[in-house]
This record gives sequence, C-alpha cells and structure tokens, in this order.
Amino acid sequence: MPARAGVGLKPAHYREVLEARPDVGFFEVHAENYMGAGGPPHRYLAQIRSSYALSVHSVGLSIGAARPLDAAHLRRLAGVVRRYQPALVSEHLAWSSHGGAFFNDLLPVPYHAETLAWVCGHMHQVQETLGRELLLENPATYVAFGESTWSEPDFIAEVARRTGCGLLLDVNNVIVACTNQQWQPSRYIDAFPLHAVRQLHLAGHAADADASGRPLLIDTHDRPVSQAVWDLYARVIARIGRRPTLIEWDQQLPSWQTLQHEAQQAESILNAADAAQGAPHAAAR
Amino acid sequence: MRQLDEMQRAFARALLDPREAPVGDDPAGRPDPIRFAVYRNNFAVSLIETLEAGYPALRRLVGEAFFRACAGHYAAQAPPRSPIMLLYGDRFADFVTRFEPLADYPYLADVARIERAWLEAYHAAEAEPLAPAALARVAAHRVGDLCFTLHPSVRIVHSIYPAVSLWRVNVSREVPAPIRLDSGAEDALIARPDAEVQVHAVPPDAAPFLDVLSQGGTLAEAAAEAASASASFDLCAHIAALLKSGLVTAARLRRRRTRPPKRQSVCR
Repeated sequence: MPARAGVGLKPAHYREVLEARPDVGFFEVHAENYMGAGGPPHRYLAQIRSSYALSVHSVGLSIGAARPLDAAHLRRLAGVVRRYQPALVSEHLAWSSHGGAFFNDLLPVPYHAETLAWVCGHMHQVQETLGRELLLENPATYVAFGESTWSEPDFIAEVARRTGCGLLLDVNNVIVACTNQQWQPSRYIDAFPLHAVRQLHLAGHAADADASGRPLLIDTHDRPVSQAVWDLYARVIARIGRRPTLIEWDQQLPSWQTLQHEAQQAESILNAADAAQGAPHAAAR
Repeated sequence: MRQLDEMQRAFARALLDPREAPVGDDPAGRPDPIRFAVYRNNFAVSLIETLEAGYPALRRLVGEAFFRACAGHYAAQAPPRSPIMLLYGDRFADFVTRFEPLADYPYLADVARIERAWLEAYHAAEAEPLAPAALARVAAHRVGDLCFTLHPSVRIVHSIYPAVSLWRVNVSREVPAPIRLDSGAEDALIARPDAEVQVHAVPPDAAPFLDVLSQGGTLAEAAAEAASASASFDLCAHIAALLKSGLVTAARLRRRRTRPPKRQSVCR
C-alpha cells in the first residue's frame, strides 16, 4: 500500500476512474457493498483493483457487541478479502447489530473491562479467520457512558497491545469525539498509540449543538475536510511520517475533481512532512 | 457481568421506539435527548436513503416528501436483518400495496416490484448462457421434456396495469408522456444476462411460461400453462428468444414416468 492519499470508491465514479485512470494512491471500499452475489459492482471493482492498491473497510461486523460475531458475515468478509486481496482491512470500535436487527450505524460503547474483553475476543477471532492484521478505527461519538473506566485512547491502546491489531486513526472522528465529549484533541493524540497507526481517515463534519447549547459535531462525510481536521492531521503526520490516508466522502457526493482535490491536499501535507524530516520523496508511483 | 449487553438492548430499543428513554449522557453525565437523536436520525435516514436509491420511479411518481414519509414508516417496522444493505427493502413493495394513503393508486406497488426486481437482478450471481448448439442433440420428440435453468437474475413481475411503461418513463430523465392506466396489462421480465439490467414488457403468454420454467417445470408444462393464457402461444419462438437473450444457463431432460400416447414433435 503506497503511503499516499486515497479516495473512497463510489459507484458514481466507476466509469470516470476507469476511463481517466486518475493518479491517486489507492481506493477504499466498504466490504458490505461487495457482498452481493455478482453484478456490476464486482465487475468494476475487479477492473479498478487490477490498476490500484485497495483497502477494505468493513462496517457491519459489530466488533463492540456483547454477543458472538455473526459467523456468516465474517465468512463473507473473508470472501471479499480473498477475492480482492486488499493491502489493508479495517473495522470500527463500535457495534451495529443487536437481537437480529442491524442499525446501519456505528454505535458507541462504554470503555470498561467487559467491553475490553468482548472487543479483544472479536478482534482475535477476525484476525484469525482472515489470517491477517485487522485495523481498528477510533469512533465518532455523540454520548458518553458514566460506567467507562478507561479513556478512549487508552482503551484503544490496550486493545492494540492485547490483540496485536493495527489502528486506523480517523482524524475527523478525533475532532468530532473530542468536541462532543469536551476532550483536548492534542491530549487525545498524545495518548493514542501512534506506533500502531497503519492508515488515516479524513472527512467532513457538520456543526450542531446539544440540549445545553454545547457544540455537537456530526460525522456526516458530506463536505470538505474542515480546517481543524487538516491542522491536526498535519501535526500527526509530522510525528509519525507518511501513512496511507483516505478521503471519505459518502453523502452529497461531489464531482470526481473535488474528491481528487481533497486527496491532493492530503498529499501536500504528506510531502511537507517528508521535506521536514529530510526523507526521500515517496510520492512518485 | 452483562452490563454491556443490557446497555445495548436498551440502546437498540430506544433506536427502534421513540417512546423509549434515550441511552448515554452528555459530558456532564446528564441525559441529552438531542445527542441520542443523532443516532435515531442516522438510523432512520440511512434506511430511507437506501430505499430512495432503489426506487427512483416510485419516488418520482409519489413525490420526494411523500416517498420519504412512506419509506420512514416501512423502515420503522422493518429494520434491516442483515449488515448487507444492498438488498434492504425486500418487503417494501408489499408494504406499498397495503399503505393506506396509496390505496387509490394500486399500480404503484407493481412499479415498486419492478424496481425491486431490478435491484435483485443487478446484484444477482453471474452465469454463462447456454449456447443454443447445446440443444442440437436433443431429439425433437423430447424437447417438451427439457427443463431450463434460467439465469439467476431473471425476475417476472405480473401487472394488470401498464407497469413497465410507467416504470420506464419515470426512470428516464425526460418529461414523462402521459400513460393511460387502462392502456393494457404489462408483465415485466427483468434480467441481467451480462453487464446491464434489462426490463422488457412481455406478451401475456410469456410470464406464465417463464413462471413454470423458473419453478423447474418442463417446456411442455410451461407451454401448456402459456397456451391457457393465449391460444396463439408459439413455443419455438419463445425458446429461441430465451436462448438468444442469454437467459438460459443450463438444460436437462426430465425422465418421463410414462410413455406419451404418441410421439409428437414440439419444436423444430
């Protein structure tokens, strides 16, 4: 996986990507969108995969659920991974299923010993089934739980330590969670196990307010990356060096040019970090 | 220690039922309905948007606001049972049939059935079409005993309305031409033998013919069913059309239990 900027692959851009072959570092797809038996999504992804590096982002495993994983779903994920041979595979520190219902969202967990046991057990099971490292992504959250006994970055560090998993640092989620929970983003990053970060995500968010008038950011993926996220991203990259970085834009989809412009902005930050560290310029493909 | 499961049960209940108390606190440790509403909204809106993407013709026919309300009602009573959202909404067309405010527009459910079939065909498994030459060795008097395996994407939608025309003008970007609802019944054949989903209005004898074949019946059984729909049913033409459009992926002869009274040549 080149340590460059990549873009989330959307069906609306399949043809344009295949015709124009834009210079982006990689594409990322949601695993669940390629779990259909056949059809155009597989045809396009197979063609695009033959020319680009790929990361597979799962949104349906429900890693944070206090119930056994859906074995059939895990097998399907293994099938997608076998078929498309991505460089990276990731999931969220969240839950999304309960009692047979799927909520199509990434729901929050309290950070305590019981959650830790469930999450680590599930991470072990997924990594064993896939036979490879799974990256765990930090969540965007809107509520807190009084029963939490760990801070979020310490909890994630402990999961990484116990399971050997890699991490996906979503910088937008850091800004969203820190604003909503009234944490300091710089302290969050200081506590985060940056050595295990294999990939970063960048996305746009919307601003709202809670019932008491506190700022409440919503992780919408429907607009450009905010300046606060770019600034924090630049500080993280200056510390850890180049890492594959994804522009996530899932709603109110813009033109391909707008997406590529966001990716170029991320690349310029990656390149600036190289220059600061005197490292060889790794942007050329 | 079942604290986590209990929290998730309460959270799930509150997502599904707005009368249930929200779960989780603000940074000061107090409940905050606006914060929990973000999760409720994400859940509901994502399901509505999934349906919007799958039913463009229905959306245009009933209007954006009405569609969102209708989809919201469906989503509230039919949350997804699978993390694969590609095929969410398998009972939406039936819901439209029963949706009281649409009781005076019974053709809408047929348009919804075509759109559902389109989605299923789009994601259906791939399969190689059977080369017509593969049937060359079948003796003429045994043709009636052939069972066809239809392409996995094949769907048939019956309608007493011009449902295919209604669907077609409403997925086109152009201003729709008026369609008379009494202009004739249209059964739809939806399939994706290769890259693109195709939707065809088929003659009245084709749908019963295809129904029998897709249920594993023989050509003779399918022809008998079709003939009861139309006296002029032409089996050979239907077989040729099916093979030509790549919708047959395998054929096998069903063994006869008893000898037919006399040899008959079904198709040449």
